[in-house]
Amino acid sequence: MNETAHETGSIHTNKPDQASGAVRVAAARLDAVSKLYGGFAALRKVTVGFAVGSSTVVLGDNGAGKSTLLRLIAGLIVPTRGTVKVFGDEPRWQRRRIAYMSHEAMLYDELSAMENLRYFAELQSDGCGCVCGAPERALRAVGLDPALTRPVGQYSQGMKQRASLARVLQTDPELLLLDEPFSNLDVDSARHMVELLMEFRSRPVSAASTEQGARGRTIILTTHQAHLAEPLAETTLTMRAGTILSIVGAAREGAQ
Amino acid sequence: MRHTRIYRAVGICWVVLTLAALVYATRLALVVAPTEATMGNVQRIFYYHVPTSMLSLLFPYVNFVASVFYLGWRRRDPLRAMAADAVAISAAEVTVVFSSLSLLTGMLWGRAAWGIWWTWDARLTSMLLLWLLYVSYLMLRKLSATGQTQTLAAVLSVFAAIDVPIVFMSIRWWRTQHPAPVFFGGQDSGIDPSMMPAFGWNVLGWAMWGVFLLAFRYALERRRQEREQEAALKSIEGSLEIAQ
Amino acid sequence: MSRVMSELRNDLRGLRRYFGHVWCHLRKDLRLEWRSRDSVVGMLFFALLVVIIFSLAFDPTAAVSREIAGGILWVALLFASFTALNQSWTREQRNRVLDAQRMSPAPASALFLGKALANLIFVALIEVVLSPLFIVFYNLHALGEGWMLAIVMPLGTWALVCNGTFFAAMSLRTRNRELLLPLIMVPISIPALLGMMQATTAILTGESDPAIWIRLLVAYNIAFTTVCLLLFETVLSAE
Repeated sequence: MNETAHETGSIHTNKPDQASGAVRVAAARLDAVSKLYGGFAALRKVTVGFAVGSSTVVLGDNGAGKSTLLRLIAGLIVPTRGTVKVFGDEPRWQRRRIAYMSHEAMLYDELSAMENLRYFAELQSDGCGCVCGAPERALRAVGLDPALTRPVGQYSQGMKQRASLARVLQTDPELLLLDEPFSNLDVDSARHMVELLMEFRSRPVSAASTEQGARGRTIILTTHQAHLAEPLAETTLTMRAGTILSIVGAAREGAQ
Repeated sequence: MRHTRIYRAVGICWVVLTLAALVYATRLALVVAPTEATMGNVQRIFYYHVPTSMLSLLFPYVNFVASVFYLGWRRRDPLRAMAADAVAISAAEVTVVFSSLSLLTGMLWGRAAWGIWWTWDARLTSMLLLWLLYVSYLMLRKLSATGQTQTLAAVLSVFAAIDVPIVFMSIRWWRTQHPAPVFFGGQDSGIDPSMMPAFGWNVLGWAMWGVFLLAFRYALERRRQEREQEAALKSIEGSLEIAQ
Repeated sequence: MSRVMSELRNDLRGLRRYFGHVWCHLRKDLRLEWRSRDSVVGMLFFALLVVIIFSLAFDPTAAVSREIAGGILWVALLFASFTALNQSWTREQRNRVLDAQRMSPAPASALFLGKALANLIFVALIEVVLSPLFIVFYNLHALGEGWMLAIVMPLGTWALVCNGTFFAAMSLRTRNRELLLPLIMVPISIPALLGMMQATTAILTGESDPAIWIRLLVAYNIAFTTVCLLLFETVLSAE
């Protein structure tokens, strides 16, 4: 399947959902979304849906609107026109279920990885203080030693990126947004990261998920190194100048 | 389109009435009103100073209310929010104009009546601080990044509105605490009835002028917003080739 | 009756959670400062310089210094706090941690409160170090009731850092951050500055009663702390 987008924007519906008759909530849905920065249109009338449990790689040159797309879904920015829904709701009400990681570490340089992770876990947690070992597990999972006391500022790029991944994985998100996670990484580290992400995808979602039937972890990843992200490219979405050029492989989504 | 014409007609009528009121008020103030006993003709500046001071205390409220509406509508109704923001910026600018006028006329009067341009009298200081607050509001609008200007300005306006009563109270305490009493021309303690018409007409004339400034600036801001919208629409609709 | 109790318990739990988050932010800010010591050291040195320069400018005798010391102290603290206030948000912007903060489900005002409290502690630290120096340089001893300074100092400091932290967050993503902060913060803070300076002078000279100024500071703090907490979410989510 290959839809080409024109000025009208491309439309990507979840065919399996409509076939079954039930209105299943998409993990993320953009409806005629435009985003302007001053006079510059970063996104132009984009309509696209990401099914629950799907894994999408967003490709495009610099300035194609990839980051804007992700930041809109993350709720970090609001659209100038159109609506963004995450799990059928405004992104800011679904913060617990979304995690966002960018090519910058989003960690404090002065703190160690463990301190950083515990801090963010505490912010995420409802109760006071009890983060129940999630930071340790997440750090071990990405291959970092939780006992490491060196501050993140002294980490190598690869270690920083892994710590950053641990930060997003520890909250056990259902929708994981990754903005250029491979930039600044050598090929081996990038491969390792993809493996970790594949492993994350296969993890079962805890019962807390409310939507009936729709289970599974959704990944949206932007990159301009398509070959690295290939294992995750169940769907490949290509962007150019603020519009979606093509969506390839969406049909396979139904099998998930 | 027809609306525009109606607005224009109303605007022109308003300007004519304003000018007429101001001319009449000027005649009353400079010619008809009796010369004050102790200060002589110098006192006539009172007819300009007091109305502008009064009005510079009025327009901050407009700014505040518009800002609150902006904050309320920001997410739910962006189009109306933009109108509220246009009112807010217009009111802030008109506030600065009136408080500047009030300060200037006050200084002229002070020079003539007390022999000094400035004294840290309670009212003078309060007015200066009010002026500072709204100049800083305009500075924020100028310096903040596009996209967040309106929200930040509205937030600052709320702060300013809360600050104004505290400023006035604290300055009054400050001056009464200090031993040096400052002479203040006691016009407030009741003016002669023969001065009333001149004073009233001046208040009316300047208020009309203020409303005109506000409306005009509002229309200007709305037009700027419209053009921005059109440009935005164009850049959204624009073909891929143009965008690159 | 039991419903009221359970509601009350729920409220209490919510409150405890909220202050848990505040404590979490506060601890993080203290730890960051402890590791780098940038802003406290910078602030201390800056305040010291201001105090020395004023001392040179006025060459004060004991009687004169009592009159002007209150003003100089607060001006020095005001200028010094600008550096720390900008710093405290720059930290969040490095590595884009602020994005993580904005996405966190914890209430935004807890972030603000934690940071404002951290800044309060930093500025209070400066005051503790600075006041002996101040007393030595300006030959001070209070003629009024010196213990009242223990009320005025925290109130005045909170008035500075609460609004300061808020306005620093406001100017965070503007073009001229360092320029904008004093431009918007000082006009709003003038009543508070007046209050703290007058109260300090009143205590030092013993000529008038500082009570009215303390009341002013209390009113100012209550009003603006409330507004800051209510509006912080708006400022943080403004793009």
